[in-house]
Amino acid sequence: MNRNPILWLGFALVALQAFAAAFAPWLTPYEPNGQDILARLQGPTWEHWLGTDNFGRDVLTRALHGYRTMFTISAVSVMGALAIGGTIGVAAAWRGGWFDDVAMRLMDVLFAFPIILLAIGIIAVLGPGAFGTAIAIGVVYTPIFARILRAPTLLLKETEYVAAATSIGSTDWRIMRVHLLPNLAPVILVQASLSLSTAILVEASLSFLGLGTQPPTASLGRMLAESRNFLALSPWPAAFAGVAILLAALGFNLLGDGLQDRLDPRLRSRQ
Amino acid sequence: MTRALLIRFGEMLFVAFGVSVITFLLIHLIPGDAAQIMLGAADASPEKIAALRTKLGLDRPLVVQYALWIGHALTGDLGNSIWTGRPVLDEILGRVGVTVEITVLGMSVAIILAVPLGCLMATMRSSTSDYVMRVVSIAGVTIPSFWLGTMLIYGTSAYLPWFQAVGWVPFGESPAGNLQRMILPTIALALPAVAALSRVVRAAMLEALGQDYVRTARAKGITEARVVFTHALRNALIPFTTAVGIMLGYQFGGSVVIEQVFALPGLGRLMVGAITERNYPLIQAAILLATVVFVVVNFLVDVLYLAIDPRARG
Repeated sequence: MNRNPILWLGFALVALQAFAAAFAPWLTPYEPNGQDILARLQGPTWEHWLGTDNFGRDVLTRALHGYRTMFTISAVSVMGALAIGGTIGVAAAWRGGWFDDVAMRLMDVLFAFPIILLAIGIIAVLGPGAFGTAIAIGVVYTPIFARILRAPTLLLKETEYVAAATSIGSTDWRIMRVHLLPNLAPVILVQASLSLSTAILVEASLSFLGLGTQPPTASLGRMLAESRNFLALSPWPAAFAGVAILLAALGFNLLGDGLQDRLDPRLRSRQ
Repeated sequence: MTRALLIRFGEMLFVAFGVSVITFLLIHLIPGDAAQIMLGAADASPEKIAALRTKLGLDRPLVVQYALWIGHALTGDLGNSIWTGRPVLDEILGRVGVTVEITVLGMSVAIILAVPLGCLMATMRSSTSDYVMRVVSIAGVTIPSFWLGTMLIYGTSAYLPWFQAVGWVPFGESPAGNLQRMILPTIALALPAVAALSRVVRAAMLEALGQDYVRTARAKGITEARVVFTHALRNALIPFTTAVGIMLGYQFGGSVVIEQVFALPGLGRLMVGAITERNYPLIQAAILLATVVFVVVNFLVDVLYLAIDPRARG
């Protein structure tokens, strides 16, 4: 623990927030859409730890449900990007030749779009909402996983144990499962964690723009956007929504950074 | 050098072509009939839908449609807005200046602050200060700029009531008023970039300071300032240049979001409005233009790279 405080800090933040997201309905006595109009726009009190919004909804409850939405969308899209992009990257390195060229040039093209613009374009097609957001973020991260997994696969392909496995007639599938995957796991873990951190920020940006999760479902980006309308009356909901987004992105970024240190000691000197 | 340059140029052309194909195909991925969706389900008669389909060329083969679209695009005709009927290029050019202004201001401030900060960070090398700097810079990277902007608006309205935090005036009308309203968006956009870029500078400086040529330079007895700023920094600027090129696209996306916070009439607000209006030609054109500009910018960064680093010419 003393040797890698960054990893543990990241892990603690992620674990705490994942717990909060998973058990959101049981952690507070309020409903995310339950209104108490007499108690609106309150600052933090004993009844409402993070205060209430303009409809008298409990900010903590809505933030916890917002975590659910944000984590679900980010996790689904990053896993999808990892599955598709990762497969493309590994297959491109493994097959080589024209397949490598075509697949990686295609990834270059996807990578060329500024993230938010491509996401906006995809949402324009699929329509605003959780589904469109998840697909948009997934597409945006696909080329990143393809690139990040192609390079180490190229190196692994040249190792003696992979050559030995090929020579005794192991199938491609077996080599990938037994020899490649365990060696790629550190890269995958680090990149997935760092990608989750930025995916959380993209999700929050899109929902802030009104293109993500639609009301009445609680979402942190939208919470921040809506609370701007009564900022002068009560800055609390805006402040807490942003802190929640920040802590979520920070947790995964620290976790990824710490993991990188732990799993790849060669990088340690460069930090 | 020429050969390396030509290869990069070819790659750039290919990526630009690919970007145009994907942007073109976007409109064809819309579930259902694009023409009907654009007109809205309520008052669209079959004749009107058919007329729009013909007008947009949606009844022709895909390849012909692409050829016509890109042919027009290359001559500066990116189609007309579904709603106003004006050329979308005019609408985009009328708005993009604001977005470019925030992006450039935010990026310049970030570069000016990140280089000295990164150098300073590279000189602090105890394990405690190492961890503190890492946590602080990671926290800086993950600050949502649209939240920072919102809090800056609240802070100035509460403590500096005279300060014009939101809104926009054209630079030509009032240069001081324009720049004053750009202060907060610039801070909101620059801060996460300072955190990201100073980290890049620090890592690159540590790497460069450990090299043999730095030891040689020190052995010659030249001052430490010259070692750091002439020998090490010049080499550290190579990864920094790449990071700036990548960051620029990211910052552009950030300014699209920041416009919403500060009520700035830029490209971001135009595009978000176009989504609710289902104004597809406008969205298509905005994405195409912005992405192609970034492809070209990244190509120019590569050229710069070739100029700074003789090893890259190989």
